[in-house]
Amino acid sequence: MIQIVKKLSKYIKEYKKETILTPIFVVLEVIMEVIIPLLMAKIIDVGIQNGDVGYILEMGVLLIIAAILSLTFGMLSGRFAAKASAGFAKNLRQGMFYKIQNYSFENIDKFSTSSLVTRLTTDVTNVQMAYQMLIRIFIRGPIMLIFSLIMAFGINAGLSCVFLVAIPILGFALWFIAIKAHPNFEKVFKKYDKLNRVVQENLNAIRVVKSYAKEDYEKEKFKEVNDEVYNNFKKAEKIVAFNSPVMQFTIYTCVLLISFLGAQAIVGGTMQTGELSSIITYAWQILMSLMMLSFVFVMVIISESSAERIIEVLEEKPTIQNKENPVTEVKNGDISFQNVTFRYGDAEENVHALENINLEIHSGETIGIIGGTGSSKSTLVQLIPRLYDVTQGKILVGGVDVRDYDLQTLRDAVAMVLQKNVLFSGTIAENLRWGDKEAEQEELEKVCKLAQADSFIQEFPSKYDTVLDQGGTNVSGGQKQRICIARALLKKPKILILDDSTSAVDTKTDAFIRKAFRESIPNTTKIIIAQRISSIEDADKIIVMDEGKIHGIGTSEELLKTDEIYREVYETQMKGGNDNEETK
Amino acid sequence: MKKQNKTGRTIFRLLKYVVTTYKLQFAIVCISIIISSLVGVAGIEFLKYLIDDIITPMISQEVPDYSMLITSVIVMGIIYVIGIIGTYVYNRLMINISQGILNKIRSQMFEHMQSLPIGFFDSRTHGEIMSTYTNDVDALRQALSQSIPQVFSSAITMISILISMFATNLYLTLVVLAMVAIMVIVSRFLGGNSSKFFVKQQENISKVNGYIEEMMEGQKVVKVFCYEEESKKKFDKINEELCDSTAKANIYANILMPCIMNIGNLGYVLVAVIGGILSVNGILTIGSIAAFLQFIKAFTNPIGQVSQQMNSIIMALAGAERIFDLMDEKPEEDDGYVTLVNAKIEEGKVVESKERTGIWAWKHPHQDGRITYTRLRGQVQFENVNFGYEPKKTVLHDITLEAKEGQKVSFVGATGAGKTTITNLINRFYDIQSGKIRYDRINIQKIKKDDLRRSLGMVLQDTNLFTGTIKDNIRYSKLDATDEEVYAAAKLSNADKFIRNLPEGYDTQITGNGEGLSQGQRQLLSIARAALYNPPVLILDEATSSIDTRTEKIVQEGMDKLMKGRTVFVIAHRLSTIRNSDLIMVLDHGRIIERGNHEELMAKQGTYYGLYTGAIEID
Repeated sequence: MIQIVKKLSKYIKEYKKETILTPIFVVLEVIMEVIIPLLMAKIIDVGIQNGDVGYILEMGVLLIIAAILSLTFGMLSGRFAAKASAGFAKNLRQGMFYKIQNYSFENIDKFSTSSLVTRLTTDVTNVQMAYQMLIRIFIRGPIMLIFSLIMAFGINAGLSCVFLVAIPILGFALWFIAIKAHPNFEKVFKKYDKLNRVVQENLNAIRVVKSYAKEDYEKEKFKEVNDEVYNNFKKAEKIVAFNSPVMQFTIYTCVLLISFLGAQAIVGGTMQTGELSSIITYAWQILMSLMMLSFVFVMVIISESSAERIIEVLEEKPTIQNKENPVTEVKNGDISFQNVTFRYGDAEENVHALENINLEIHSGETIGIIGGTGSSKSTLVQLIPRLYDVTQGKILVGGVDVRDYDLQTLRDAVAMVLQKNVLFSGTIAENLRWGDKEAEQEELEKVCKLAQADSFIQEFPSKYDTVLDQGGTNVSGGQKQRICIARALLKKPKILILDDSTSAVDTKTDAFIRKAFRESIPNTTKIIIAQRISSIEDADKIIVMDEGKIHGIGTSEELLKTDEIYREVYETQMKGGNDNEETK
Repeated sequence: MKKQNKTGRTIFRLLKYVVTTYKLQFAIVCISIIISSLVGVAGIEFLKYLIDDIITPMISQEVPDYSMLITSVIVMGIIYVIGIIGTYVYNRLMINISQGILNKIRSQMFEHMQSLPIGFFDSRTHGEIMSTYTNDVDALRQALSQSIPQVFSSAITMISILISMFATNLYLTLVVLAMVAIMVIVSRFLGGNSSKFFVKQQENISKVNGYIEEMMEGQKVVKVFCYEEESKKKFDKINEELCDSTAKANIYANILMPCIMNIGNLGYVLVAVIGGILSVNGILTIGSIAAFLQFIKAFTNPIGQVSQQMNSIIMALAGAERIFDLMDEKPEEDDGYVTLVNAKIEEGKVVESKERTGIWAWKHPHQDGRITYTRLRGQVQFENVNFGYEPKKTVLHDITLEAKEGQKVSFVGATGAGKTTITNLINRFYDIQSGKIRYDRINIQKIKKDDLRRSLGMVLQDTNLFTGTIKDNIRYSKLDATDEEVYAAAKLSNADKFIRNLPEGYDTQITGNGEGLSQGQRQLLSIARAALYNPPVLILDEATSSIDTRTEKIVQEGMDKLMKGRTVFVIAHRLSTIRNSDLIMVLDHGRIIERGNHEELMAKQGTYYGLYTGAIEID
């Protein structure tokens, strides 16, 4: 618990002022709240009893002043509490989001997207509520408690000792409840993740669901996790339900004990009746403040699990990180794979995605990669900008191990157009500027001309300011691919990787793009993964991949002689003369 | 004003959940709360009794008789125990009620969501919808389980005190009521502002949710472009907005309590002064003023407690509003009455059958009570169909076409030409504005949606996989399929080989939409799914776009086998796959500009010719 507070309190940051001011004003408010009943008692005991209107007015003015002060302090503490807790939540979300940006895919897979989303929203809200309660009510409760205790002791110290026995027992009982409830709340949040996942998958696949008329099945599936959440939540809250009764039990016992002992004391002549009624009034006040505390307590129990989940995100070590004193310059576009073996994080020991890859690529070369579905072509190139780290062996870019580079430096030098192209909501120009934030309009047009995208962009009514929907659904697949290529070119990379990224572009345009590459960026190393032979036929080197291994390397002519896979693909695509190939 | 009404309706709807489903439990909760509060009040009475009737007489006794004291303490102890039991019972039952309602609301929300048209899902990000299930429902939980009982018990206390006040003095009670009126006005003002910002907060949190979603999905692109810093900046902006609305909402909610409490204090002074004047003039007794002032104190205390719960209640209402908004979305219209049944042929006539016969028929009840059966053949007709996603923006113009049983019809054209839209009309993802679509000569509006979709197979552009095993994923289209059927479907679509090469074969677990599989492999699974579904009509949307040439060849064979004897609509991505189509439709801006088979269209030397020779880009 203390650990959690320690770790999270770092994120209070600029809201320290508000965090400290809140309890201060709460204390002032409580002081006013203690003074006001005393004034009220005076009005009754002195003013009304004696029928002294002047005295009533006098005390009334004092009371109004106290009330105004109490109001001011209350408003200020409420205001600061709101600001502090909202700000704290903001910093937590920011901290988590920043951290996630540094995650490797392995890290992300470990949590899953839906879980990360819950952690950033629901969990943070829980902690925020608890935090606000803590700085407002958690202070108010004990202060009320202390004031009441002091008053009670002032009246009769002997009787008040009953409280001193009862409160620690109560504390222990509450602690016990918390300990019991905590693991159950942890389970609840895990189920929440699952529920979130089911909804997310359903949303993503809504077309599949509807076209196979599987709504009822989905409902069943949802119902199952929904019930799990329900059952676990109930189990956890059932334990917490003992809170109020336990508290009432303690305080009622105190009241009865005090009544009994007090009655004896009065009879014995050591106490006044008025004192007894006062002491019991304070007992009720103690009960009220304890109730308040218990309310906060429940919040804290629930948010403790949330807090732990937040800390997990914050403390996760990115598996891909900068080395100390990283290299900050990529000399050239040379690439070298040395005995590279790679296995995905969750795969079993002997299941390698890539096995023993050795490869030398020189700056400025054009490399074609071809191979069947699942032959790990994409995996191979994703190791170059260190989207994943090799399991064994090493990869050198510009003669330096990729793990020795500053990540940003490396990734700036390696531009990659992914198979699964993603454009983001925003204009075309904004999307292009992902490649270079400061790029001028001319530069945008220049790279778009290279990628054969300028002509169609110019045809849109708003040209480069055309707004793309999320995922870029309002441009054609071929157009999307060309925008993505332009975006990559804008980085002026030393290495350019196209992962099956001209598949929807017609052959003629495809050829233009390759020609533009040859002429305009001759020193950039170009790696092209493709399904159609025509896209890679004229490459300096062609790599044929098969089941995670290199099956053959060479020029098209060499491979036709030596590599049967290449020959087979070549023949299928070229068969029937030109026309079949062109439509591919 | 409108806003007020909406909030009122939201509260009413929530209460309806409580009252309808948990009538008995809720009644017990109410009784328990009343018991629990009354026991609290009894405690105060006990003290008076103890002092006046027990202790005072004892003092005057020579030998104090403790038996009365002991008896009364024991009796009070029993009353307290009853009170404690009451407290436990309502706390415990409230858990049943609140969790039960949440469970029900989530279920209803999801069920309702399943009935919504595709257009709904197009119009908002997934993250935003997900936020309703978590953030909004969670806000509701807080209020249901903790705040509502508190408010209820406070209300009971207040009512009983108000009654006592009336009994003591009418005029002073009017002063108190005036004070209450001011409290109500103030809390309406503050509460209204607070709720405005809580609604905004829930909106902003769903925005944050949506943004995280989008960024996580595009994480690879973010990394490849070192875009982390930029995405952080954008996040900061929406995070700031969220923080701002949260702070404002809570400020208004937080200052509510001090305001109310101190209005109470002012009322106290007012009553004291007025009472004092009255007593000096002899209108009121001193005792009753003192009692009245005690009442005011007791009256404002629960108000303070209620307003302390205010932020969670207002926030819950904001969440509930969003939940109900989702539940009020208009579902897909389905007034079809023609259903799909198993059939057999007897004496040349189609007759309904209880067993699975492999033959399907449309069961068509007519107005005059007759029932006719039409054998399911898979014939699709479009007649002057016009369609637009928004009523004013027509994207398909005057589409007329006919696909005979077993024919292969292909659509070619640029993105936005309307290929996918046409196929989305056949299965009624969207409804047409004018014209007619007939399936086996039956207007598809008359066919029950589920049955219509049961007769259509679809292989979509993006393959969506669910968490579970490979086998589960193929079986998705036909849940009662045997393992053998699954294997056969996988073999047919050529997915069998790669599946068997996976470490656990068909039992390999898929996580995160199958990120470990290549796009080609995922598409193979999608094809296998359709093969298992075994529908008479098949819609293939760019199904072979990212399978490598070698695999594609084999897939194509499987596809051809699958397509045999079925009516097939192909949304063409590669022209090689549609060359053998019976009918090719070339679309441009929502109109059919060329139609015919491959040879006819090549001879025309028009758009299709241009596409085919690679002069025009296709997608």
